[in-house]
Amino acid sequence: MKNVILRNIENPNSHRIEEYIKAGGYFAIEHAVNEMTPRDIIDDIKKSGLRGRGGAGFLTGTKWQFASLDPKFPKYIVCNADEGEPGTFKDRVILERNPHQLIEGMVIAAYALQSIRGYIYVRAEYPHVEKILNEAIKEAYDKGFLGNDIMSKHFRFNLSVHRGAGAYICGEETALINSLEGRRGEPRIKPPFPVNAGAWAKPTIVNNVETFANIPYIIETSPKAYSFLGTKDSPGTKLFCVSGAVNNPGVYELPLGTPLREIIYEHCGGIRGGRALKGVIPGGLSTSILTPDKIDCPMDFANLSKHGSMLGSGAIIVLDDTTCIVKIYERAMRFFEHESCGKCTPCREGTGWMRTILGRIEDGMADMEDLATLEDAALNVAGKTFCPLGEGAAHVLLSAMKHYRGEFEYHVKYKKCEVTDPSQRWGHLSMGELD
Amino acid sequence: MDTMRCAADTPAPLGAAKDGASESAMLKDKIKVLKKLYPHARSVLLPALYAAQQLYGWLSEDALEEVSRLTGVSPAEVKGVVTFYSLFKTRPLGRNVIYLCTNVACLIMGADTLEDFLHNTYSLSNGETTADGRFSLVIMECIGACDKAPAMLVNDDCHFNISMDNIREILDNYK
Repeated sequence: MKNVILRNIENPNSHRIEEYIKAGGYFAIEHAVNEMTPRDIIDDIKKSGLRGRGGAGFLTGTKWQFASLDPKFPKYIVCNADEGEPGTFKDRVILERNPHQLIEGMVIAAYALQSIRGYIYVRAEYPHVEKILNEAIKEAYDKGFLGNDIMSKHFRFNLSVHRGAGAYICGEETALINSLEGRRGEPRIKPPFPVNAGAWAKPTIVNNVETFANIPYIIETSPKAYSFLGTKDSPGTKLFCVSGAVNNPGVYELPLGTPLREIIYEHCGGIRGGRALKGVIPGGLSTSILTPDKIDCPMDFANLSKHGSMLGSGAIIVLDDTTCIVKIYERAMRFFEHESCGKCTPCREGTGWMRTILGRIEDGMADMEDLATLEDAALNVAGKTFCPLGEGAAHVLLSAMKHYRGEFEYHVKYKKCEVTDPSQRWGHLSMGELD
Repeated sequence: MDTMRCAADTPAPLGAAKDGASESAMLKDKIKVLKKLYPHARSVLLPALYAAQQLYGWLSEDALEEVSRLTGVSPAEVKGVVTFYSLFKTRPLGRNVIYLCTNVACLIMGADTLEDFLHNTYSLSNGETTADGRFSLVIMECIGACDKAPAMLVNDDCHFNISMDNIREILDNYK
């Protein structure tokens, strides 16, 4: 299969502009600026059917069109590189190894929207990435792909890096914009949407790193060629980042619609130690867990929704039979509580309540009434929060309680974990024993 | 507006300042440059806080007041922003900061045993600093290295596939 996003990845210097150009890079922007109108580009992106790779899966071309139809000036192009969804490390590969493909995608977006200014919002947890990006941006300036007269076409676009400061919620686009503006990263009410009133109240598109990295390929081939990859509803390839109890964890670029079984058992070499599969979190911690019987689910937007989960960021966390579900969700809830911005009550209070009760269950201090209270708390958070953070926290817990009810009840009844021998958990073995 | 060529704006090392006055002058110059990256002056707040943190090591009340003065953002708002984010240091930390990820992917691979190790070996708990000022521990949410779990950052260095076998060796490099 052809690599779209990770092209040239075997080259150890793939992050350098010379190597990127040698591999056909920056051809798309030349083609775009010389032979296409901004409207042609937006039409092509729409025709390709590209959907956002950050989690929500919104149609990229439609987003761009909304922003381009707004007459306010200037417009801003923002790259969301605040990859914070637990289990996700796919954007990291692009940022480290293929930064020019991201920059090229952003410059094409800037040309399509006649934007003059862009920002890459990088999470603070990737200190080395900021350095790589700054170097790549400098190289692009030197070669004339960024600046005030790009390729002598009187097209100007300036780009810089904005470092976040450790807040998961800033991955939500309106919270990210607040953070870019120097404020607390709390989400804003929508509408107005960022395409009409985003950064500094101007039309702004916020796209994920991987989304931008798809753009050059669509422009240099054709929307049709792109839509041949993947499925009809979810075209293109996707970076799946697999972690947990598999033999070969890592980032895999595969067509959307690849069955989960193929990813785990062929590409990732199956479950470690030949153990049994217990469950899979398919798109990052905020997506509902899948039980082993759903392992043939094709990994795309539509099919995962049918199975009650989401494609999310494509972060696949594989759990084997040594994993305690209660412990996993107690930790997950600790995360949601910590990262709740505190703006709305159901999320701020609800995540704390749920974490406290989960802690009691995990520690063997709970009774059956606690299970009912926990469910009740989750149901009172779901559908009542300002942004998807609290919503996700409640939903993932409810689905875990539904599918692994017995394990929760065992914890309450016997005050201990059902997982037979916790000492056999991977972390408790030394590396030698693992092989 | 923002037509400045703002590539490669990584702050050059601010160097060692000799006295408070020259530190203030350096911060003022630095923030003046950073302001040009944004269409509105107040948006410089996050980079300005980083610049102050780099210069002073942490963000004291005095440092926050100075940032407020230099950016024109009210002191209350500066405080609101600085306390919202988890990676601004609002109190002095040790010479080396261990950022240990314990989120789900790292937990599955045994990050909790590493947390116990740090507690037993250095008496370190989340947010604390060793008596000799050598290490501080910050428990992190996902740091995006789940395929090489458990993972941690020590200062700006990433360390992957940590185990009970190699954690001591890794930390021995940080004095």
